[in-house]
Amino acid sequence: MDAFYFLAAFILTRRLNKRLKFTPLYAKWHALLNVATWVTILLYIAVKIAFEDWADDLIGSGLLLGMVFYADKEQDFSPWKKMFEATYPLAGAGVITGITALIVGDFYSKNHGWFDIVTAAAFVWMFARWAASRKQEEELKMATIKNTELEKLVTERTSEITKQKEELEETLKELRTTQAQLIQSEKMASLGELTAGIAHEIQNPLNFVNNFSEVSMELVQEMAEELNKGDKDEALAIAADIKQNLEKIMHHGKRADGIVKGMLQHSRASSNVKEPTDINKLADEYLRLAYHGLRAKDKSFNAELATHFGENLPEISIVPQDIGRVLLNLFNNSFYAVQKKQADAGFKPMVELSTSLKGKNIEIVVKDNGTGIPDDIKEKIMQPFFTTKPTGQGTGLGLSLSYDIVVKAHNGKIDVKSKDGEGSEFKISIPV
Amino acid sequence: MKILVVDDEADVQPLFLQRFRKEIREHEFEFDFALSGEDALNYLHDKHQEVVLILSDINMPGMSGLELLSRIRHEYDEPPPMVMMITAYGDEENHRQAMERGANDFLTKPLDFTLLKEKLKTFST
Repeated sequence: MDAFYFLAAFILTRRLNKRLKFTPLYAKWHALLNVATWVTILLYIAVKIAFEDWADDLIGSGLLLGMVFYADKEQDFSPWKKMFEATYPLAGAGVITGITALIVGDFYSKNHGWFDIVTAAAFVWMFARWAASRKQEEELKMATIKNTELEKLVTERTSEITKQKEELEETLKELRTTQAQLIQSEKMASLGELTAGIAHEIQNPLNFVNNFSEVSMELVQEMAEELNKGDKDEALAIAADIKQNLEKIMHHGKRADGIVKGMLQHSRASSNVKEPTDINKLADEYLRLAYHGLRAKDKSFNAELATHFGENLPEISIVPQDIGRVLLNLFNNSFYAVQKKQADAGFKPMVELSTSLKGKNIEIVVKDNGTGIPDDIKEKIMQPFFTTKPTGQGTGLGLSLSYDIVVKAHNGKIDVKSKDGEGSEFKISIPV
Repeated sequence: MKILVVDDEADVQPLFLQRFRKEIREHEFEFDFALSGEDALNYLHDKHQEVVLILSDINMPGMSGLELLSRIRHEYDEPPPMVMMITAYGDEENHRQAMERGANDFLTKPLDFTLLKEKLKTFST
């Protein structure tokens, strides 16, 4: 049965050769493996001719063991450790058979059938193991292929997601730009509403400036006359008047100046600089602007304006033009609401503005007796682009921007109370 | 001649007093002032007999000048006082309405005091 050992050695060298093909290790090993194969074949022929059976067994199994030990130690062959281990029973059987045949030849001769069976069984077992490990190997290979595919898929997905993320970021950027543009256009729209009010507000102080300077010129003339006459007292009285007039001119000049500055601030992209502000002054200014703005558009419109300014309110740190926009928006809404209701006979339109200090907050209340807000839309009024005005007349951004300004930028609150048909009340609280 | 000036701007008061300084000193004219339509009606309630002429701004918060004009025409016709309307918006609509409601004259801001003086002198003679 000596052929089994050589056969096993032969197959082992061939298999390793085959396994190594197409790997970087092939170049290193294939020559040696070919030599091993030829050595196996030649050795087999040699031992067949030259030696007795027991020597054949020992040489065959020795060759096998030698190869296996050598290969087992080699790091390059580590994946096939199982294959090498499977040859041990066969090699062992060969060694035992050979030694038995050498030492107790009679015993061997009588029982050599058993030895043959054991050897054949070891050979068959070896092959079975090889087949099994081959299968495992195949599965491993499949798994590796699958892994590679999955990895490829993951890479593809990742790049897809990255691309989508970049697209989304781009879209977000566009949206932000659009939002900024919308805010600016809402500002410009409200500036448009303001223009007439501003014109009126500037016209008044200008008239005073002109009138008081004119009258002062006359007074100077008169004063000269009085001095010529020698009426010193009258001249002094006139001088006092002139002084008062010059003060008035200065006052109204500053008033116009303030209005122009306010208008510029309003139209400028928000600087977001908070500064201590007298809320009564700011609210009053914008109330007048809103009122005259509307009056300029609709001359039949009139409303009673009631103001209740809290006394000794502390200055609060706000972005004045932003809060001004909020107030302007609330006033405009109130005027719009009372104007819509003005058709009713006997209706006295009324818009009330109150300021007060409540605990650590300044409260600004804008109240009207207009059309009110129906319950079904109360939830929506702070949403962007929600408007009840006819298309083209409202951007639907007024209250939504107001909400952002008060709640997000100033840590404040906007509360709405309204009864359909009876009026609305907007309360803004801003921490001092 | 007593004249009531109705305007929500308080600074028209010194302006009138100085513009008509001479006339006031010579007791040609006498001025009183009201800051709103409501104010003016209260004033007239007591003194409508004394007032000969009313100069009223149209554009005022609360009761407008036009409404005041209607009330005056409705409530005080014995003798009917003269009413001149003043507005910053010198437009046709306000003019038409003022005339329709019985205004004697219509002036636009900025006031031309020379013109006003002439008109007042025509009225007083």
